[in-house]
Amino acid sequence: MSRPTDVAPRIVVVGHGMAGARFVQELRARDLSRRFEVTVLGAEPEAAYNRVLLSSVLAGSLTPAEIETVPSAWYAAEDVELRTGVEVAAIDRRHRRVLTTAGEHVPYDHLVLATGSRPWVPPIDGLVADDGELDRDVVVFRTLGDCRTMLARLDRVRYAVVLGGGLLGLEAARGLAGRGVDVEVVHPADRLMERQLDLDAGRVLARTLRSLGVRTRLNAQAVRFTDGWGGGGRGMRLDDGTRLPADLVVVACGVRPNTGLAAAARLEVERAIVVDDTMTSVTDPAIHAIGECAQYDGQVYGLVAPAWEQAAVLADVLTGGPERYRGSPVVTRLKAADVDLAAMGETDVDELSDDEEGLEVLRFADPARGTYQKVVIRDERVTGAIMLGGPETVGAVTQLFDRAAPVPADRRALIFPGVVDAGAALDPADLPDDHTVCRCNGVTAGRVRAACEAGADTVAEIAATTRATTGCGGCRSDVAALLASRSTVEVPA
Amino acid sequence: MRGIYRGRNVPESARKPQLHTVAGMGTTATHCAYCALQCAMTLTADAGGRVTVGPRDFPTNRGGLCQKGWTAADLLGSPERLTTPLLRDGRSGPFREATWDEALEIVAGRIRDTQRAHGRDAVAVLGGGGLTNEKAYQLGKFARVALRTKNIDYNGRYCMSSAAAASNRAFGIDRGLPFPLPDLAETGAVLIAGGNVAETMPPFVQHLAAVVDRGGSLIIADPRRTATVERATLHLPVMPGTDLALALGLLHIAVADGHADRAYIQDRTTGFEETWRAAAQWWPERVERVTGVSVLAQRATVAQLAAGARGRGAVVLTARGAEQQSKGTDTVTALINLTLALGLPGKPHSGFGCITGQGNGQGGREHGQKADQLPGYRKIDDPAARAHVAGVWGVDPDELPGPGPSAYELIESLGADGGPRTLLVHGTNLAVSSPRGRRVVERLAALDTLVVCDVVMSETAALADVVLPVTQWAEEDGTMTNLEGRVIRRRRAVAPPPGVRSELEMLTALADRLGRGDRFSADPETVFDELRRASAGGIADYAGISWDRIDAEGGVFWPCPSDTHPGTPRLFADGFPTPDGRARFVAVEHRPPAEDVDADHPVYLTTGRVLQQYQSGAQTRRVPALAAAVTEPHVEIHPDLAGRSGLADGDLVRVVSRRGDAVGRVRLTTTIRPDTVFMPFHWGGEQAVNRVTNPALDPISRMPEFKVCAVRLERVVVSQGGSCGTDGDTGPEVSPSRRSRPTADWSEGGSAA
Repeated sequence: MSRPTDVAPRIVVVGHGMAGARFVQELRARDLSRRFEVTVLGAEPEAAYNRVLLSSVLAGSLTPAEIETVPSAWYAAEDVELRTGVEVAAIDRRHRRVLTTAGEHVPYDHLVLATGSRPWVPPIDGLVADDGELDRDVVVFRTLGDCRTMLARLDRVRYAVVLGGGLLGLEAARGLAGRGVDVEVVHPADRLMERQLDLDAGRVLARTLRSLGVRTRLNAQAVRFTDGWGGGGRGMRLDDGTRLPADLVVVACGVRPNTGLAAAARLEVERAIVVDDTMTSVTDPAIHAIGECAQYDGQVYGLVAPAWEQAAVLADVLTGGPERYRGSPVVTRLKAADVDLAAMGETDVDELSDDEEGLEVLRFADPARGTYQKVVIRDERVTGAIMLGGPETVGAVTQLFDRAAPVPADRRALIFPGVVDAGAALDPADLPDDHTVCRCNGVTAGRVRAACEAGADTVAEIAATTRATTGCGGCRSDVAALLASRSTVEVPA
Repeated sequence: MRGIYRGRNVPESARKPQLHTVAGMGTTATHCAYCALQCAMTLTADAGGRVTVGPRDFPTNRGGLCQKGWTAADLLGSPERLTTPLLRDGRSGPFREATWDEALEIVAGRIRDTQRAHGRDAVAVLGGGGLTNEKAYQLGKFARVALRTKNIDYNGRYCMSSAAAASNRAFGIDRGLPFPLPDLAETGAVLIAGGNVAETMPPFVQHLAAVVDRGGSLIIADPRRTATVERATLHLPVMPGTDLALALGLLHIAVADGHADRAYIQDRTTGFEETWRAAAQWWPERVERVTGVSVLAQRATVAQLAAGARGRGAVVLTARGAEQQSKGTDTVTALINLTLALGLPGKPHSGFGCITGQGNGQGGREHGQKADQLPGYRKIDDPAARAHVAGVWGVDPDELPGPGPSAYELIESLGADGGPRTLLVHGTNLAVSSPRGRRVVERLAALDTLVVCDVVMSETAALADVVLPVTQWAEEDGTMTNLEGRVIRRRRAVAPPPGVRSELEMLTALADRLGRGDRFSADPETVFDELRRASAGGIADYAGISWDRIDAEGGVFWPCPSDTHPGTPRLFADGFPTPDGRARFVAVEHRPPAEDVDADHPVYLTTGRVLQQYQSGAQTRRVPALAAAVTEPHVEIHPDLAGRSGLADGDLVRVVSRRGDAVGRVRLTTTIRPDTVFMPFHWGGEQAVNRVTNPALDPISRMPEFKVCAVRLERVVVSQGGSCGTDGDTGPEVSPSRRSRPTADWSEGGSAA
């Protein structure tokens, strides 16, 4: 289906989430002459919004309108056709077009699949109604729509059960607890966020959450969501027979990449659509995939930072740029009020039992204060870390991990800010002679002492002879202390 | 007992405010020679003409002086003082002494020849932010009326331009501080982005200390734990070149955590929605990864500013660290957006301000030295502005040239095809202060004629064909506009040495030779009165400010449109000088530095100042006490980085970028990030760090990216004979330590670079 070369190449983007919307912005930023004709097909009826901020919407600190990423005016101004509420039924690779569920054909020269992923709903009795839809009291926490659903019924919810103690489940649980809901997290693994945390970190996190009104139940399987609770309420039955009251069930048991379209079009799909370093399908050079539906080098990323990097790379590639994708270091950051947690790289490592050359594991735990820090170092580089409880060094550790930069010689600096330089503050009277007391005028303790010896017995007289204290005045107390240690004259305050 | 320091240790006689002469003692009340704080001081001349400095109480410095101020008079009698015009034929030849008449004849002749052969724009002018208002005004007028060239700009382009551009687009006005400095001492929380006042203007710290002493917050964003950070309550150790991401993140938190002042946003601003949409993409965890500043510290910053906003007030200040980047304008804009979201500008003890750098950095950017401006902060492409100013100058508006290129672009075009062939330099040492310094020296060498007016043989003067000795600070009368926007008097305390003339005299004499002498005056008060008329009705309106009023009132704040107007100490209480009276949020987006680290250049370089030196060091390196205190540039390096680079404390290190190299002495310190080195910029030649810095320009302000570029470090091996080479390198021999003191050997015409 070759077209004349003077016709604008058509890019069709399927998916209007974080990856798709970002891609279009990155593309137009590099395509100022608008060489490409761009169409975006979004299944959700909403404008593009920032999924990262959904927990803030649930917590009530932001409104849905405030998390919109790209205003509809932008599309008009940038001459991008945005069609929301349009679902794609199939890709016709031979004719380079997609077929919508409404039966329309949309032709493309480049097809960008940014279809994201969908929540996985475990086969637990009662979650799904007879019509195949979720039960009216069961929600997933994935879209703005889900968020709205949850918010709409908040006033009728006293008890909530969250299935899944991963990142999203905990953010949802924290948000609900902040709204006054009694929340219990049911998690089948032996620790919360088991993909990111070691056992101890999981325990400290659980304790922190408990203090914020979120109970957690580990090694637990939900088996049935039922009616007939006391007073007409509903509840969740667990495998050990426990029954938890639940006016609302939030399902946060992980996601599955949306690869149905790609698989049906016989593109290579493993866990997700397999792409090369240009974000191009290894099967069809006209088809690209970014975000959670893409698999690069065996990795499927479920976070926004890699999706945005991939969007930028693809925009660069399509506009003839040199950028290539090389994978992304992944830093997981829990967004939950009053819980500060960053986790990255390998964390379930123990130096003492994994006796490997070049491996070091630093650890500091203060569970009573909700603090747990662990840094994994291999060959002078940070290869993993858990920073729970908000140490100031989290930014520095993250940057060392991201950039594979060498770690400080004094490893304590990775966990304890300032400890390396702190030292005991000297009594001003004991300052060495070469210590600069007055920085503004370069006056040393020795010169102040000499002025005292020469007969100065007030700070003013020292100022007159040395100029100490005559700049910003910050050294006045030090000068007074030096004076007091050398004379019996009372120092005026 | 601690408290607000008010210069208690200053002798009573020196603290009497607003005295400008002390009868019978030969004492003159004036302000310091150096930075924009313009500390008040007295100068006392003895019978032999020797001048001593004393502090003087004033709202800004409260009787404080730093070492630079105390020793400022030492340059007056310096043996290195230029006292006669110098000429030479060809750049390699020696200078010879000349009379003023001969020198001016030659300069006028070269100007005429250049313009005849290459057109009016072939003569260019570079000015400085240290010039008095009168000189800055006269210089701009000289360029437009006597030379009729579009090619004039000034070194404030390297200083204030980003903050100026951001303030103008947000507030419709660009005045460093929106309030008198003592208001700062009264506020509840201060955030300084990229400023180190404890080194650059020490008496300023009193106002910050007052905030901390009262239990308020002082938060400083800086890649280094500086002397100022030592006084702070919170340090944000931002990675170089990422201040903009930090600012976006702070706005994000302000909104997401419910600290935004919705009523203020609704009633007094425009553009919030689009601005939020940009900031919404910078949630704190993302910002942490880019900037290295922890989420906790980001949240604490916003919470403390918000607490201030609900109480005594809150202030956000920027300085060169945030501004001297290729995105400096947007960085400042993002911080202004933060203040608007918190509802600060126009409220008591609150708002946004920038800490002006050079002595007259404020006034110097208001009266026509800038390529695109006419006096009163008027735009040169505005027909009404042209008509007004042309009327004051007695010329046809159509005769005035249009806007010219910015300083670095002008320098790049010197001697190039179609570029200027003759350059006049006033109050700037661009061979040291411009980025990619070796290129600058090449461009200067390509000129047909370089004329430099200076006090001493600066590195730029040493490259000139004609050097004209001009008056300095204590030898002249005039006005300065300090960092607050307060117009103050500089007063003559001593007569200049014989053979030295003021630039007002020089420009008038030169204009005379160019046929326009009748339009110029050499008397500073006459020039100021003309400046008042030229600025009348402009944004920076000085119409009501007279020397007499300044004397009587201890300074007057602009705008001051009439003799009966009290001046404007505090801006924005009733609205903003924008067409709709509202402040403007402007949406901005973060981007990385123009040059990032890579395998060949794996370390960030940032630059700045030390307390004992000022700007290019042309003055302070010649003050014996200051030169002795800091003899050469150092390179701050974290011990971890030094260890990996094979460097020890006291070694000489060559800092190498894609553009050039500079040599300094290693100073190990844990107060700097291990991925970053710092080097001060006050030295010339091999020691000039601006040979290394990146001239990537801000698209709006045309500010070069002084504050971040990528370098590698090479140890310099000093052989027995004192010559140096880099490890494994047979490069040219240099002896940086020998160059640490300026040489008086100028008559040999030695190039400084």
